[in-house]
Amino acid sequence: MKKAGLIMIVGSLLLLGLFKFPLWNIMLGAPQYPEPMGMDIYITGIQGVQEFDIQNIDGLNHYIGMKTIPKPEEMWEFNVFPLVIGGMAALGVLLGVLAFFGKVNAWLLLGWLLLMSILGVLGMYDFNVWLTDYGTNLDPNAIMKMTNLDGSPMSYKPPLFGHQKMLNFDVDSYPALGAYLMFAGMLLTLMAFFVGKYEWSKKHKYS
Amino acid sequence: MKTSLNISILLLLITGLFSCNTKDSKDGNKGALASNAAEKVYVAPGEHDEFYAFVSGGYSGNLTVYGLPSGRMFKEIPVFSQFPTSGYGYSEETKPMLNTSHGFIPWDDAHHPDISQTSGKLDGRWVFINGNNTPRIAKIDLKTFETTEIIEVPNSAGNHSSSFVTENTEYVVAGTRFSVPVPQQDIAINEYKGKFKGALSFISVDPEDGKMSIKFQLMMPGFNYDLSHPGRGKSHGWFFFTTYNTEEANSLLEVNASQNDKDFIAAVNWKKIEEYVNNGGGKMMPANYAHNVYDDFTHTATSTMMKEVLVVDPLEVPGAVFLLPTPKSPHGVDIDPSGEYIIGNGKLSADLTIHSFTKMIKAIENKKFDGDAYGIPILKFEEILRGTVKQAGLGPLHTEFDGKGNGYTTFFISSELVKWDLETLEVIDRKPNYYSVGHVMIPGGNSAHPFGKYAVSMNKITKDRYLPTGPELEHSAQLFDITGEKMELLLDFPTHGEPHYAAGIPASIIKENSQKIYKLAENKHEYATIANGDARVERKGNEVHIYMTMIRSHFTPDNIEGVKVGDKVYFHITNHEQDFDVPHGFAMIGANNSGLLIMPGQTKTTVWEPKEVGVWPFYCTDFCSALHQEMQGYVRVSPKSSNLELSWSLGDD
Repeated sequence: MKKAGLIMIVGSLLLLGLFKFPLWNIMLGAPQYPEPMGMDIYITGIQGVQEFDIQNIDGLNHYIGMKTIPKPEEMWEFNVFPLVIGGMAALGVLLGVLAFFGKVNAWLLLGWLLLMSILGVLGMYDFNVWLTDYGTNLDPNAIMKMTNLDGSPMSYKPPLFGHQKMLNFDVDSYPALGAYLMFAGMLLTLMAFFVGKYEWSKKHKYS
Repeated sequence: MKTSLNISILLLLITGLFSCNTKDSKDGNKGALASNAAEKVYVAPGEHDEFYAFVSGGYSGNLTVYGLPSGRMFKEIPVFSQFPTSGYGYSEETKPMLNTSHGFIPWDDAHHPDISQTSGKLDGRWVFINGNNTPRIAKIDLKTFETTEIIEVPNSAGNHSSSFVTENTEYVVAGTRFSVPVPQQDIAINEYKGKFKGALSFISVDPEDGKMSIKFQLMMPGFNYDLSHPGRGKSHGWFFFTTYNTEEANSLLEVNASQNDKDFIAAVNWKKIEEYVNNGGGKMMPANYAHNVYDDFTHTATSTMMKEVLVVDPLEVPGAVFLLPTPKSPHGVDIDPSGEYIIGNGKLSADLTIHSFTKMIKAIENKKFDGDAYGIPILKFEEILRGTVKQAGLGPLHTEFDGKGNGYTTFFISSELVKWDLETLEVIDRKPNYYSVGHVMIPGGNSAHPFGKYAVSMNKITKDRYLPTGPELEHSAQLFDITGEKMELLLDFPTHGEPHYAAGIPASIIKENSQKIYKLAENKHEYATIANGDARVERKGNEVHIYMTMIRSHFTPDNIEGVKVGDKVYFHITNHEQDFDVPHGFAMIGANNSGLLIMPGQTKTTVWEPKEVGVWPFYCTDFCSALHQEMQGYVRVSPKSSNLELSWSLGDD
């Protein structure tokens, strides 16, 4: 299972890209913002695409009563996510090494992927909960209290994925490089599973 | 009969149309129909112009920024004149910019902008411009498009043959139009001859930060030094100045200064004089002139009075200065991109005189002199003359170059722009100007590398070119396409004040460097309020200092009490925005100076002296946000005798 092990190691290591590159990106463009403002969401915190974007987004959001964009220390996720990602990468590498020496079978590699997927879905769920709170839990003394046509308060929840028009802003929310590296890594671990299964069966057929 | 006449007219019109269309654009003088001039100047909404043009404002004292080919104005940059739009010259920070040896001079007559160069190419770092009236040279930083330095020029009067830069911006040069007694003294005006001097000032420019300082002043005979230009390429190291009134008349110059058949172009070997000065040459003389510097980080200008200047007697540096006889009171002197041709625009003649730099050097080597003026050798006219552009027009003033072997000369009296060939000296094309053109500008025209796509002529008389606006009209500029054999008039556009020259540059060289905001974290203003919690009010005797911040859409603090009649109230206001193009204004009722316009990250100060008891409002003047109208506050003014303590607040109703 040499090949499967190697693929598993590479795939797991790609997760570490999340420490360097953003997981998600949300861009906000408007008529008066021809160069859109943007947030890069890292597993360790949220940063502006340009130097002053966070400050400027917060400045605009205060009109509609949104909370300021959280600092790393204001959200437990930014402490836990790096541990989870680091841990999963380490576990993946360990499984890869064991697989390389034929100590584990391919199903364990698939198990890692399953765990990673569950954690990913949980992460997305948590992210969405935060986005919902961020976009709907508004200051009752907000300067502008916008309502929908039916009179219900307007939500400013950015889309989890895709484009949405919000007042004068066009909001685009998509995965960023870190996420793509993670997806590629997860695909590689899936490949490691199939390769591993093949190698395992080949080896055990003739032995 | 009538119908047939109509038909024949119609036929004529149609044939006219067709003939226009079939003859294509070889002849550029067909108007918009045939040559699609409109398309050539159309810059679609949201698109950018290809060139910046920095156009002097003359008696406005300022510099305006235009785009070419659209002719749209982008900005007026305050230089020598107070500018209530932004508070320049009114705010405490910028008042020192307009300090001079004559005290505070809030106006001037701004003439000749020139862009800094490196190796003969425009580098787009700074624009220099001269104040003609109270002799000054200003530097505008092309990162912020703001005036950041002004140096006064002593021993001068009518700073007209200025402010042109050498090939590597080693110097920006300023020459006096009026000769004056040096040092100034109480003498009879008819003692002019011999007693008056003409100072030519070489102001060094620091290659790193652009800081200006007067390296030396060359004390020339008492002629009028009209214009100047640097040598370049082979003539780099020389500077050329036109003179008139070599008669040294002091009265009714109109007649008395127009008698000599020839005046001079003074050729100055500044490299030689620089070497002389570096070796301890020249004489320090007492002087009094202001040097004003604005700092982008303290957002504050300081004015220093300089007390001496190094002067050089041309006779002490043999071989450094020569006089080139040039017919009929030459106005402009222009050097072609190669540095070989020295063009004298004899304003009272119909001809252009072209001297050859190579021949000039040879004449100097072979001592082909025709006497001297106050000991300065006069070169023999025939020995240096390369040729004459004959009967090119009437009243030549200025020449620019396209870098393709052609010169473009303005003729004031015959009101036309004339294109001629630098080799054959033959006229290629002439186009009327509406009306009475002064300067012409081709981007990069005063450099070794002009960008010969457009020429802009700046006209002195407007009359009927635009909708009438009473007796006083803006001046008019005209844009020509000069890419073809013939010039093609594309556009008229009005200009502010009286442009005396402009400097153009491809937008690509500077637009990426244009700063968007000032960083609050880099604000070093003495009275800045960086942290919101630091907003406060302090009293020092009868001075009240308000440390205020502004951000969409409130002032902190917004209500202030405890101010008394007779106080001097300093509003030190810091704009906390860090977003592009979100300035805030500040206006206080009854302010005797001006409002303020404060850029993101910047601090400005205005002084208000309340004269009446009451509660007086202030507000933001720049429509900054949907809640701009809410951006306001009050100052309560109590009687002089009041014991009310200072207090201030924000948002606690």
